[in-house]
Amino acid sequence: MRLDEQTRPDFPILQRIVNGRPLVYFDSGASSQKPRAVLEAMTRYYERSHANVHRSIHTLGEEATELYELARDAVQRFIGAASREEVVFTRGTTDGLGLIAETIGRTLAKGDEILVTELEHHSNLIPWQLVARDRGAALKALPILADGTLDLGALDRLITRRTRVVAFAHVSNVLGTITPVTEIVRRARAVNAITVVDGAQAAPHLRLDMSALECDFYVFSAHKMLGPTGIGVMYGRRAVLDSLEPGRGGSEMIKEVWIDHAQWNDLPWRFEPGTPPIAEAVGLTAAVEYLEKLGMDRVAEHERALTRQTLEGLARIPGVAVYGPSPAVERGAVVAFAVDGLHPHDVAALLDAEGIAVRAGHHCAMPLMRRLGVVGTSRATFSVFNSPDEVSLFLATVAGLRSAL
Amino acid sequence: MSASTPSAAQGLYSDVIRERWRRPRHRGELPGANAVAEDVNPLCGDRVRLMLAVEPEGRIADARFVGDSCAICAASADVVADLVSGRSRSEAAALELADVLNVLQAEIRPTRMRCVTLPLSVLARALAVAPGSGHPRSEPGSRPPLQ
Repeated sequence: MRLDEQTRPDFPILQRIVNGRPLVYFDSGASSQKPRAVLEAMTRYYERSHANVHRSIHTLGEEATELYELARDAVQRFIGAASREEVVFTRGTTDGLGLIAETIGRTLAKGDEILVTELEHHSNLIPWQLVARDRGAALKALPILADGTLDLGALDRLITRRTRVVAFAHVSNVLGTITPVTEIVRRARAVNAITVVDGAQAAPHLRLDMSALECDFYVFSAHKMLGPTGIGVMYGRRAVLDSLEPGRGGSEMIKEVWIDHAQWNDLPWRFEPGTPPIAEAVGLTAAVEYLEKLGMDRVAEHERALTRQTLEGLARIPGVAVYGPSPAVERGAVVAFAVDGLHPHDVAALLDAEGIAVRAGHHCAMPLMRRLGVVGTSRATFSVFNSPDEVSLFLATVAGLRSAL
Repeated sequence: MSASTPSAAQGLYSDVIRERWRRPRHRGELPGANAVAEDVNPLCGDRVRLMLAVEPEGRIADARFVGDSCAICAASADVVADLVSGRSRSEAAALELADVLNVLQAEIRPTRMRCVTLPLSVLARALAVAPGSGHPRSEPGSRPPLQ
């Protein structure tokens, strides 16, 4: 059975009729839909076990704590982390990247260098701009080549003895480019730079193995991988987490507190101040288990087939341009495209009129848009529940757009 | 699949918007413009530049726009340029969102309203830099610029 045939009954929202047509949801890159298992797990938690976690000395508190910490175990397994202490819960990718930038930022000195890439989401750019400004550090960007892949040849010039941080996306949220994480990590490590990988577009689609990637930080959101909004994961290599002061203060992240100082809690709680997103952690566990049951290799294969069908189909439509690496190169479940003479927002609005949800605009990657020489693009992204029939409908609709306005 | 406009888009892309998008009356550079302003919609990156030729006594002899924008924003800019041409500065400053929507005859959703208002905020900026404008916002009968 094809993956979508298996999964579609699990997603209640796919029953929606939008503008008189069955919903075709091609915007999982922004936020995916949720299987019933995730929704039910969260409801069950709220109906049966909710209390605050950790210091609650009562039954519900213990249950909530256990469920919350089970999420950590599930994520550790899902991403191949060496230990559960390396899994820190955040509010999402943006929150995680901001936390890392603030935390590492305190250790930077004037003249230190931070290297990002030209294809970063603003969430992996702006925090570093703030840090660079505050610490007098230099911010550099690795360019992309014409085919949308990173210009690795420029690493020799851009990674120097002053490079302290190399921060980059695993999968571009616009081009779908899969970056060579291990290669960049190896180069960064040669100068003892800390590597920070934005995995927001990778975690829902690729089998992850932190022991193979060997990066220092890996950050992603639950809501793009079938889980709830409001929770994300910041994986940090233990040796690096141990060496860092907590980024933010509050309850839970301390052992003992005096008026003028405090002793930090153990990992991972040192980086989790305040009441965490508990129900969301329960939902994340359900999402991870759902994906594991499908098998991430099967998920990747399914989405690769949809991506290839889309790329090849769009290439046959006159007046449609596609961005990013060629279909021959392995890429993420992301296809950015443009229809000649139509603004991306009009493309999205016309597709929405047919029940097809795509994203349009700068995709929070304005420097990349500038590099591509466009104001924005339209973008289709795929998940486990999307079908080849949906792609066919999408392609036929795009083919009629130029005469539609 | 029909090549005609999807029916649900009819409300959003009215005949007026479609016509103004295909055949704008005021699109292009305006040599000799003496009041020029430009702004960007941060949500989508749309950019509109409005150029006015304002006569010494305050009449707007001509208005044109250029920009990189969606059909709704371009149609709005074309309508704004149309409505202010031949009018006095204070009449142009009194132009309201409702006036533009009245011409567009479209069901603009809240998410696309900024596409309509961007040319109006650019107009307010252009009027503010028009020669001899003094304090156009305090002129009797004028309204604050629309945002």
